[in-house]
Amino acid sequence: MSRTTRRMTLATMAACALALALPASAQDKGALKICFVYVSPISDAGWTHQHDIARIQMEKKLAGKVTTKYVENVPEGADAERVIRDLAQSGCKLIFTTSFGYMNPTLKVAKQFPNVDFEHATGYKTAKNVGIYNARFYEGRYLAGIVAGKMTRTNIAGYVAAFPIPEVVMGIDAFTRGMRSVNPKAVVKVVWTSSWFDPGRESEAANTLVAQGADVLTHHTDSTAVVQAAEAKHVYAVAYHSDMSKYGPDAQIIAVTHVWDSYYTHVAQTVLDGTWKPDHVWGGIKDGMIRMGPFGKAVPQDVRDLERKAEAEIAAGKLNPFTGPMKDNQGKLRLTAGQTITDDALSKMNYYVEGVEGTLPSGG
Amino acid sequence: MRIALEARREASRAAIVLAPVLATLATLAVGFVVFEALGKDPIAAFHAFFIQPVATRYGVGELLLKASPLMLIATGLAVGYRANVWNIGAEGQLTLGAIAGGGLALAAGDARVPSALLLPAMIVAGALCGMAWAAISAWLRTRFNASEILTSLMLVYVANLLLSWLIHGPWRDPDGYNFPQSKQFTDAALLPNLLSGTRLNAGLLIALAVVAMAWLFIRRSVWGFEMRVAGLAPSAAAYAGISSKRNVWLGMLAGGACAGIAGVNEAAGPIGQLLPSMSPGYGFAAIIVAFVGRLHPAGIVFASLLMSLLYLGGESAQVNLALPSAVTGLFQGTLLFFLLAADVLVNYRLRVVGARPATP
Amino acid sequence: MDTFAQLVILTFAAGTPLVFAALGELVVEKAGVLNLGVEGMMLTGAVASFIVTADTHSPWLGVGAGALGGAALSLVFAVLALTLLANQVATGLALSLFGVGLSAFVGRGYISVVIEGIKPLSIPGLSDAAIVGRLLFGHNPMVYLSLALFVAVQWFLHRTRSGLLLRAVGESPASAHAIGHRVIALRYAAVLFGGACAGLGGAYMAVAYTPSWTEGMTAGRGWIALALVVFATWKPWRVLAGAYLFGGVTLAQFQAQAAGVAIPSQLLAMLPYVATVVVLAIISRDATTIRLNAPASLGKPFHPE
Repeated sequence: MSRTTRRMTLATMAACALALALPASAQDKGALKICFVYVSPISDAGWTHQHDIARIQMEKKLAGKVTTKYVENVPEGADAERVIRDLAQSGCKLIFTTSFGYMNPTLKVAKQFPNVDFEHATGYKTAKNVGIYNARFYEGRYLAGIVAGKMTRTNIAGYVAAFPIPEVVMGIDAFTRGMRSVNPKAVVKVVWTSSWFDPGRESEAANTLVAQGADVLTHHTDSTAVVQAAEAKHVYAVAYHSDMSKYGPDAQIIAVTHVWDSYYTHVAQTVLDGTWKPDHVWGGIKDGMIRMGPFGKAVPQDVRDLERKAEAEIAAGKLNPFTGPMKDNQGKLRLTAGQTITDDALSKMNYYVEGVEGTLPSGG
Repeated sequence: MRIALEARREASRAAIVLAPVLATLATLAVGFVVFEALGKDPIAAFHAFFIQPVATRYGVGELLLKASPLMLIATGLAVGYRANVWNIGAEGQLTLGAIAGGGLALAAGDARVPSALLLPAMIVAGALCGMAWAAISAWLRTRFNASEILTSLMLVYVANLLLSWLIHGPWRDPDGYNFPQSKQFTDAALLPNLLSGTRLNAGLLIALAVVAMAWLFIRRSVWGFEMRVAGLAPSAAAYAGISSKRNVWLGMLAGGACAGIAGVNEAAGPIGQLLPSMSPGYGFAAIIVAFVGRLHPAGIVFASLLMSLLYLGGESAQVNLALPSAVTGLFQGTLLFFLLAADVLVNYRLRVVGARPATP
Repeated sequence: MDTFAQLVILTFAAGTPLVFAALGELVVEKAGVLNLGVEGMMLTGAVASFIVTADTHSPWLGVGAGALGGAALSLVFAVLALTLLANQVATGLALSLFGVGLSAFVGRGYISVVIEGIKPLSIPGLSDAAIVGRLLFGHNPMVYLSLALFVAVQWFLHRTRSGLLLRAVGESPASAHAIGHRVIALRYAAVLFGGACAGLGGAYMAVAYTPSWTEGMTAGRGWIALALVVFATWKPWRVLAGAYLFGGVTLAQFQAQAAGVAIPSQLLAMLPYVATVVVLAIISRDATTIRLNAPASLGKPFHPE
C-alpha cells in the first residue's frame, strides 16, 4: 500500500521536474497558423457553431497551407485580452476574434503585435492590422419575414430576442417589413429575455408568445429552444444562426444561417499571398455570408418562389429591405419614398418600424 | 478494523503545511490518469497548466492581476464567515462597485480631474456602493430576520441586470453605434501600471493593503475578537453580551466594501470601461478562495494565487494542447476537493481502530 | 379563458425544475447539511439523462439515469463534507464548479443529438376538454412526478419515524448520536436523496422541457432552487408555492412585454428576484417561525466521538 503510494508520488514528482525542463511546444513551420477566439462553447447550433464550421471548412480548403486552433468560452472582459495575446505570442499569424466584446482587447493586442493580422467580427474600429467583418443578417431576416407573412394564419409573429442592440433591432425591423410586404395586416410581438443563452427562458418566452396568438416564432438568442417550443406547440418557426430543422422538422419553415467559410478562406489566402489589408467588410446574400436554410415541408411552392425572387433581387442589389416610405411604429416618417437607409443609420438603428408592437425598451 | 478520525487537541502545524502539498500531489496523480486517458501527454499537460502560464514576465503579471480581486473579495468575505455571516453575493457587490466607480469615471469624462483625486474618489465610491448593496442584506437580516444567503444571492441577479440596463441604455457610449458598452475611461481614471510590459496595476497594492488591514482587524481589534468568538461559540458570545446584529453588519459591510473595491479595480484596471459583465465570477470563486485559505489572510493570498493559476492554466491548456475548456472546470474542482479534504488532517489525526469507535 | 389555462400550464412547467431540486435540497438541509452544489448536480443529472435517452431511446430510463447521476455527484460531496468534515459551503461551491465541467466534458459527444423527449399528457376527452380538464390533465408527466415527490417528502418528514429522526439529526446531531442513531449514515442518505432530486430537475430540463443537451443549460436554476429552500423556510408546500411564484413572475413579465409594456426588459427581468427577497422578508419577520423551522445544526460538521 505505502509502496505504491510512494511510487505514485515519485512518478508525479518526476513529472513535475520534467515539466519544468520541457521547452515550449514545437511549432510546425511553414503553414500559416490561424487562431479563433469564441465567446461560448462550440455547441450544435448558434453563433459560435457557425464560426467553427467555417474554421473547419477553411482548413479543408487550404489543406497543408494552414493550421488552426481555437479557444472557446472566453468571457468578454478582462480575460479576453490575455487570451488573444497568448495566441499571438504562441505564433498565430492571423487571429479571428468572433464577438463584439473583443473589440477593445483586440485593438490593444494588435498594437503590441504589429506582425500579426487580426479580424474582428461585428465591431466598428479598425487599425493598421485589424480588419472588421460582419454580415447583413437583416437581409435574411427580411426574406424569412416574407415566408412568415405568407404562412401565418393569425397574422401575429413572435420574436424572442436577447438584448436591444442595433443588430437585433434591425433584424426585428427587417423581419417585420418582410412580413408586411406580403401581408400588411401582420404584426410582430417582441419578448426580451435579457440573456443570450438560457434555453429554459427562451422556451418560456416562446410559449408566452404562442399564448398571445403568435403562430410563427423566431429568435435572436443562442439556443434551439424557440424552434423546439414551436414544434411542441405546433406553430411555425424561423431558425436563426443555424439550420435547426432537426429540432423542428415540422415547425421550421426557413432558417437564416451565417456562412463564414468563404470569407475566412479568402482572408487566409490574402494573408498567405501577402496582400491582406485591414478592411471593413459587411457582406450579405450577394456575398454568400447569409444563406437561407431549407424550406419546411409546409411551405407551398408559390411562397418558395416568392422568397427566391426576392432573394435574387437582394443579391442583384435591386431590393433593399429598408427602402422608403418607412415609418417607425410611433408614426414618425423615417425614410421618404424611394430613399434607402444608409449603412451608418442602419448600424445605429434604435427604433421599431411600423408593425412591431410595443416600444423599444431602451431606445433613444 | 477501520480508519477513524480522532480530534487533535490543537491544530497540527505540520499538517497546515503538508495538507496542501498532499492535495496537490493527489491532483497531479488524478490529472496524470485523466490526461493519459484523453490521449494527451500528461507531462506536456502539466507543463501547459502550471508552468507555461507563468513562464514569462507577462504571465506573472497576469497571475497577480487575476489573483488581486480574488484575494481582495475573499478577505472581505472571511471577516463575515468567521462570525457565521454568509454573504454569498459578493459578485453583485462587485458589480455595484464597478457601477459606482465607473459612473464617477464617466461623469468626470474629459473634465481633466487629476488622477490623484479621481482614482481615490472612485475607490471610495466603489467601496461605499458595494457596502450599500451588502447593507440591504444586512438590514433585511437584522430588521426582518431574512436569511442573508438568499437575499445576497438574489441581489447578484438584480445587480447584473441593473448594470446591463445602464450599459444598454443611459450609460451607453453615444459614439459606440449603440453597442452595449460605456465610453472608455480617460487615462486619469485608470490605475497606474506596476510592472512594465504587463497589465499588472496598483490594484494589487490595494488588495495587499486590505489583506494587511484585515489581518490587524482580526488579530488586534476587540470587534475582530468578538466576531471570532461569535463564530466559534454563538451562545457563549450572546451570553457575553456580544451583539450579533453588529456582527452581521460588520461582516456584510466588510465583504461589500472589498467586493466593491474589486469592482472598481476591474473597471479602472484591465477593462478600462464598463461592459455588461465586469467579472467572470470572481465573487463566487472568492468564496472557495476564502475557505481554501482557511479564512486566514495569509492563506487567502496563497489560495488566490493558486486559483488564478488554475484559470490561466486552463486557457493555456486550450491554446497549447487543444484541451476543451470543460477540462479546466474538472481539474479545478478536483484540486479544490483534495485541498478541502486534506484539511481534515489539520484538526484530526487518522487512526486505525477496532470495530468499535474508540471512546474519547 | 383558454389563455389562462395555457398560462397556468406554463407556470407549472417553468417551476418544475425548481420544485425537484429545491425539495431535494430541503431534505438535505433538514438533516443539517448545506449542499450548495445543486447547479452542478442538476447539470450532471441533465447530461446523464440525455445520454441514456439518446442511447436507449427511452426518456424514462433517462430520467432514472438523471437521478443516479445527480446522486453520484452528491456522493463526492458526502464523502468530503460528512466523512472528511470539509467545510460544507466551500465543498458545495467546488461541487458546482466540478459538475459544470464534468457535464460539459462527458456531454461533448452528444450536443448534436436529437431525442424524442417526454411530451405533455394528451388523454383524449380529458386533456383537451374544458378548462378544468386541461388544468388537471394537460401537464407534462414529469410535472405530476414532481407533485408526487412533494407529497412523498411532506409525508416522509412529518408522518414517518425516519422523517422525525432526520429532523432530529438536523436539530441536534449530538443528541441523536447519544441515543444511538447513526447520524452520518442518515446524512449520507439525505445528501444522496438531494442529489437524486437535483438530477431529476436537470433531467426534466434535458428530456422534457427543452429536450436537448448544451453546456450549462440549466442556466442558474440550481442557485434559484437553493434560494427557494430558505425562502420556503424549510416547508415543502412553500417550496412548491415559491417555485410557481418564481416561474409565474418570470412568465408574467414576458406576458407584459408581449402585450407591449414599455419598461426596459432588464428591469422587468429583476422582478422574480426582487419578489423573492420581498416575500422572504415578509414571511421571516416573525423570528420564531424561522427559528422553529431552520435546522439548528445547518452547515455545521458533525464528528461522532
